[in-house]
Amino acid sequence: MARIIVVTSGKGGVGKTTTSAAIAMGLAKKGHKTAVIDFDVGLRNLDLIMGCERRVVYDIVNVINGEASLNQALIRDKHCEQLYILPASQTRDKDALNQEGVGKILEDLKKDFKYVVCDSPAGIEKGAHLAMYFADDAFVVTNPEVSSVRDSDRMLGLLSSKSRRAEQNQEPIKEYLLLTRYSPERVKLGDMLSVDDVQDILSLHLLGVIPESKSVLTASNSGTPVILDEKSDAGQAYADVVARYLGEDRPHRFIDDKKGFFGKLFGSK
Amino acid sequence: MSLLDYFRTSKTSSASVAKERLQILVAHERSSRNQPSYLPQLQKELLEVIRKYVNVEQDAISVNFEQDETQETLELNIVLPDYHPKNT
Repeated sequence: MARIIVVTSGKGGVGKTTTSAAIAMGLAKKGHKTAVIDFDVGLRNLDLIMGCERRVVYDIVNVINGEASLNQALIRDKHCEQLYILPASQTRDKDALNQEGVGKILEDLKKDFKYVVCDSPAGIEKGAHLAMYFADDAFVVTNPEVSSVRDSDRMLGLLSSKSRRAEQNQEPIKEYLLLTRYSPERVKLGDMLSVDDVQDILSLHLLGVIPESKSVLTASNSGTPVILDEKSDAGQAYADVVARYLGEDRPHRFIDDKKGFFGKLFGSK
Repeated sequence: MSLLDYFRTSKTSSASVAKERLQILVAHERSSRNQPSYLPQLQKELLEVIRKYVNVEQDAISVNFEQDETQETLELNIVLPDYHPKNT
């Protein structure tokens, strides 16, 4: 049975699109046929992070309006043939999405795909609502920072009250925490909320901690999901996340400050 | 991060301040999340009724909704002024 995953956060700029791209690629590389959908109509960026911006012909709004078929709009990823991208529309406004249209697309995708990753826009308006409405699993992307944690908690409230599973009294959406832009050095100095601090407040199942990493920007510069950078800490952390989601038991990494005395003395970043 | 940072770690860490603020805020927001949506309107109308008889301030009335496993409680609290009759 196909699973629909929403990548959400409430707050903008915490790493939803980076995470969507990485986990969709990770699932596909594990051999699962995966589609990743950009719900940010008017401000699409998933295409850029996935490196397929020049191959966008049709988008999700075209499919909803019947101007293109789903197959015409899906873009096959250039790195992995198990992965397809459905871009958002850049020219329409966000009201172009509707529940019926999105529901139909997801139902059609579920026939053919194992995982459908929904990249939610920031905020709690229509695009964000529709991205999470049909979800089976939610990856709540959070930065160790007050406004992000607060917004994540708000999203958790919405997931448990305004989703299809909630409205139809089904088993609730499975919620997972992904702590991104984590800096163990700053946590050690007491300048940043630790994993445990965030967990004390949100008490979610921790899927992984993604360290603050130069490789994320490098990856987005070139349009390759960071998980493909297997040497990078962020890439490895996302690979762990995917493995844990699929049921593997992997110890958490990148939580402790590993830098030695000399690293600290001379300062590095 | 550098050598200097070693001499600055003894102050109350900003992270623990952040955590404390968040815990209070999130607890508050969660409790109001489960409240029925008619609560603000109820509070407003109650205030209007009470004001017909007694001169009370806007903030002299509080409506609290609490929920545990067995029951839901609606608590209404009105602080009357020292001298309250409106027409004497």
